[in-house]
Amino acid sequence: MSRALALGGCLTVLVACAALMSFIWTPFDHAALNIPAKLQTPNGTHWFGTDHFGRDIFSMIMVGARTSIAVAFVAVGIGVTLGVPLGLWAAARQGGWVDEVIMRGNDLIFAFPSLVIAILITAVFGAGAVNAIIAIGIFNVPVFARVTRGGALPIWAREFILAARVAGKGATRISIEHVLPNIANLLIVQATIQFSLGILAEAALSYVGLGAQPPTPSWGRMLADAQTLVSIAPHMALVPGCAIILTVLGLNLLGDGLRDRLDPKLQAART
Amino acid sequence: MLRYTLKRLASLLISLAIASLVIFAVIEVAPGDPAAFMLGLNAQEDTLAALRAELGLDQSKLQRYLAWVSGMVQGDFGTSYQYRTPVSEMIADRLWVSLPLALYALALSTLIAFPAGIYAASRRGKTGDVAVMSATQLGVAIPNFWFAMMLVLVFAINLRWFGAGGFAGWDKGFWAALKSLTLPAIALALPQAAILARVMRSALLDVLGEDFMRTARAKGLSRAQALRRHGLRNALIPVLTILGLQFSFLLAGGIIIEQVFYLPGLGRLIFQSISARDLIVVESVTMLLVFAVIVVNFTVDLAYAIVDPRLRQRQ
Amino acid sequence: MSLLSIQSLSLNISGAPILDDVSLDLEAGEIVAITGESGSGKSMTAFSIMQLLPDEAELCGAVHVSGQDVTQLPEATLCTLRGNAISMVFQEPMTALNPVQTIGAQVAETVHLHRPDLNAKTESVRALTRVGLPPDQVSHNKYPHQLSGGQRQRVVIAIAIACGPALLIADEPTTALDVTTQAQILDLLRQLVRENGMGLLMITHDLAVVAEMADRIIVMNRGQVVEAGQTAPLLAAPQHPYTRALLTASSHNVTLPETGTNGPLLQVNGVVRDYVLPRTKLFQTPGHFRAVDHVSFDIARGERVGLVGESGCGKSTLTRAILGLEPIQGGQITLGGQPVIGGLNIRQRMQVVFQDPYGSFNPRHRVARLITEPFHLSDTPQSERDARVGETLTAVGLSPEDAGKYPHQFSGGQRQRLAIARALITRPELVIFDEAVSALDVSVRAQILDLIADLCAQYHLTYLFISHDLNVVRTVTDRVLVMQSGRIVEAGQTAQVLSSPQHPYTQKLLDAAPVLPPPQGEIDAQRPLV
Repeated sequence: MSRALALGGCLTVLVACAALMSFIWTPFDHAALNIPAKLQTPNGTHWFGTDHFGRDIFSMIMVGARTSIAVAFVAVGIGVTLGVPLGLWAAARQGGWVDEVIMRGNDLIFAFPSLVIAILITAVFGAGAVNAIIAIGIFNVPVFARVTRGGALPIWAREFILAARVAGKGATRISIEHVLPNIANLLIVQATIQFSLGILAEAALSYVGLGAQPPTPSWGRMLADAQTLVSIAPHMALVPGCAIILTVLGLNLLGDGLRDRLDPKLQAART
Repeated sequence: MLRYTLKRLASLLISLAIASLVIFAVIEVAPGDPAAFMLGLNAQEDTLAALRAELGLDQSKLQRYLAWVSGMVQGDFGTSYQYRTPVSEMIADRLWVSLPLALYALALSTLIAFPAGIYAASRRGKTGDVAVMSATQLGVAIPNFWFAMMLVLVFAINLRWFGAGGFAGWDKGFWAALKSLTLPAIALALPQAAILARVMRSALLDVLGEDFMRTARAKGLSRAQALRRHGLRNALIPVLTILGLQFSFLLAGGIIIEQVFYLPGLGRLIFQSISARDLIVVESVTMLLVFAVIVVNFTVDLAYAIVDPRLRQRQ
Repeated sequence: MSLLSIQSLSLNISGAPILDDVSLDLEAGEIVAITGESGSGKSMTAFSIMQLLPDEAELCGAVHVSGQDVTQLPEATLCTLRGNAISMVFQEPMTALNPVQTIGAQVAETVHLHRPDLNAKTESVRALTRVGLPPDQVSHNKYPHQLSGGQRQRVVIAIAIACGPALLIADEPTTALDVTTQAQILDLLRQLVRENGMGLLMITHDLAVVAEMADRIIVMNRGQVVEAGQTAPLLAAPQHPYTRALLTASSHNVTLPETGTNGPLLQVNGVVRDYVLPRTKLFQTPGHFRAVDHVSFDIARGERVGLVGESGCGKSTLTRAILGLEPIQGGQITLGGQPVIGGLNIRQRMQVVFQDPYGSFNPRHRVARLITEPFHLSDTPQSERDARVGETLTAVGLSPEDAGKYPHQFSGGQRQRLAIARALITRPELVIFDEAVSALDVSVRAQILDLIADLCAQYHLTYLFISHDLNVVRTVTDRVLVMQSGRIVEAGQTAQVLSSPQHPYTQKLLDAAPVLPPPQGEIDAQRPLV
């Protein structure tokens, strides 16, 4: 196993465990205010210190991981469930009007600066985790459609597809039976990348106050709170920042490692 | 080439038309009556009606859409509900902050990424490559607004080399203005540079595997010469795509970064207008940003055709 | 002093042995061919001379070019030799040129690099004119994608000869080209050797090309030189068993069993296939490209028919139309009286074997699932299908245990056997072999041809055998159709058409195809016993 895969896997599992763990145990109640203990730097009791209300940052980070993962996960889910079928459909009708409409639609969504539209959506329909998910998810659809189509086209040109057509199989069946299994690797890798981008986007939206609303803790909003206090309590900014970086780094390394591991060309070279 | 340009131009116009419809529709379904919002809770029904008529809110949706679009074509973005001043003037002021910021960041990102990507590709698998790739791996993972906060902490608060925020204004001189945009531009540019460097490297490595690079070496070109004369231009095609997308990221990312540095740009304008429910401003600024991105993509398409002669003929 | 002298060259790449103690010589004005099957190390020998090996390569031994050992020279000196004293022509002309530079500029670059004293533009025009691309016929401002494959190969040769090299290495220079283009490129290379007195080291798998071109032959197998010698004596009396095997396989003939023909099976009647061309002006009516132009022929039950033609002649389009995968704009195609388009039940009565043994199987499915795919629309019970899997695998020379394996566990030749198994499993009335042996090494090809002949006896096959290789068609078909620009220009009994062609195109094809002189032993063996 490559080092990237091992490191990425470990980081990802660590964050996922912290998020799951937070359902049953956190060192402190993440929402409990304790003004006398405010702005403590990391110490034996409060491992990551406390914020300006004396809340335990370690507990907030654990619970915040939940929000980040949930938002990114559902957003990737939206992208996969809508984007992959669209991409398969476009590839099956390559050069036809269906392909043209799907791909032009994709281009159009790409033309919108994603964060601006996310801001517009949350601004109009109100801030909150659900709207953040939708806003991030919409932009995952063209990404997956494009990756799926791009991966499916060379598969469609292979002779085993022709053999399946000679056997009388239709486009839908061929797409599911022959195309999808051969681009699954590609999609898994893309999903990890979109997952990490989702975490970054969620953090950005919560930072400007358009993500999950209080009392749900989120890493982005912890950073927003830290901003005015950054000179007197830098740990308030450092800790959530590092949490985001390590999570995103872990997912990216996992994606890279998986890509190398699942690449059939590299696989052939290994055996 | 002309045909290609016309085709791209047609697709640009269609994109703009659909984008404007979508934005208009989103704003339309937004809850709340701007007139009521402006006049407060105790407004009289007839004053409300008069204001609605003044704002054109009593017209049909289609009329309002057409008025909005034809206004924008003539440079009239409507009147702010909140300040009662032309939106175009508000935008123009802010644009002088946001646009230079995005361009500054784009320039920084390109200047860092191209050499880094080329260096990594030419040292493939060696220490230099591993070092550059690890740095970019980290760069991709850093949220730019957090990076901005760290820059403020180190360079503004501790070292006092830069101001912690605010914009000097272009009337204070070019360098003063540029200086106040430097930290924001770095914060924006570095994570993007990391992405661009990775794309540059992988595009070059793809090209290095092509048969014509072997031909180039067989001609007697050294590795570096072959890379420069035959590799770069071919690698530029995927890089251009990313460069186009980055402009959109930089504009959008700028909105967040402006929050960190308290810069009076389009981003702050959008957030102020959202909290004031000054939707016509939100609508117009969004449209302007989308317009910028679509025009950049169009330029990238034209650049493709200049780089790749195959595109000029096909279609 | 020899122009090129390789002494005990051994090469490892990432620890894997590629070349083992290879030695050879080449004099100025001489053409030497290195031949062998894939994996013999012949291309790597060429790259060793150019010193363009992968970074992981470990080389020992000596490669002297005009007295200098290139393995000892620093990279900077090598750069002054490459393209100047030693040049190389590659296999794939479609990708060997930079797509974003004009051909004139690419030729001029070599001159500019090595002969800054000369006018690069004039020299580039001169080189391109010498390879048959004078500026009044082909503008030197064109980009590679605007040229045909043969023209591109001429550009690659122009780049190689622009500085008048002493040694030219050509790595499979005509493998990717049609047979008539191949003849022209080979002529060109011969002419350049004669006029410039350069040494030509030619690497090719095609013994017939070797026989026509080379003064001397070097036969390689698994990184070793197994035999070397003057062309004519070596081909007439090969000493090494591998060379003998290679020669026998190259001119391999099979004897098809006599099967009576019995009524028409496939009827192709006036078939037309048009492609709509993209419009070049905005409001123009779109133009058409007629890929298949009023083609008519019949195949009787039990008949083995060949279809030959060069790339772009429409034979692939016609094949797809027969398989019902392509709409036609005129005429009709019927199998046993039923139209092939629209009738799904017709699918099982017709199967196909493709060219690429690597691309024709879904890598994620097991053999049993892969070869039973043609049962998709049939109601054959599972037990019957399972029985057929074992039976068919045995018939194509594999074992029933192979049913649980994945395709990557098989060699190229075995995969082609699998492809035949897939085509035969439903006992189709008509099998289409679409360049089915073109991608295989000669020895494997000989085995597959034997298999086809065996299966003819066993299953009374009726087939359409599409190929660009006249020698293969000669041996596995009863009747042949010659196709050019969408039309069938000649049809008749294979032996007759190929021995006394009537149509000028058929004559041209036959003239262009290089032939291997039959070894002495075989001539005796073929003499009929009285």
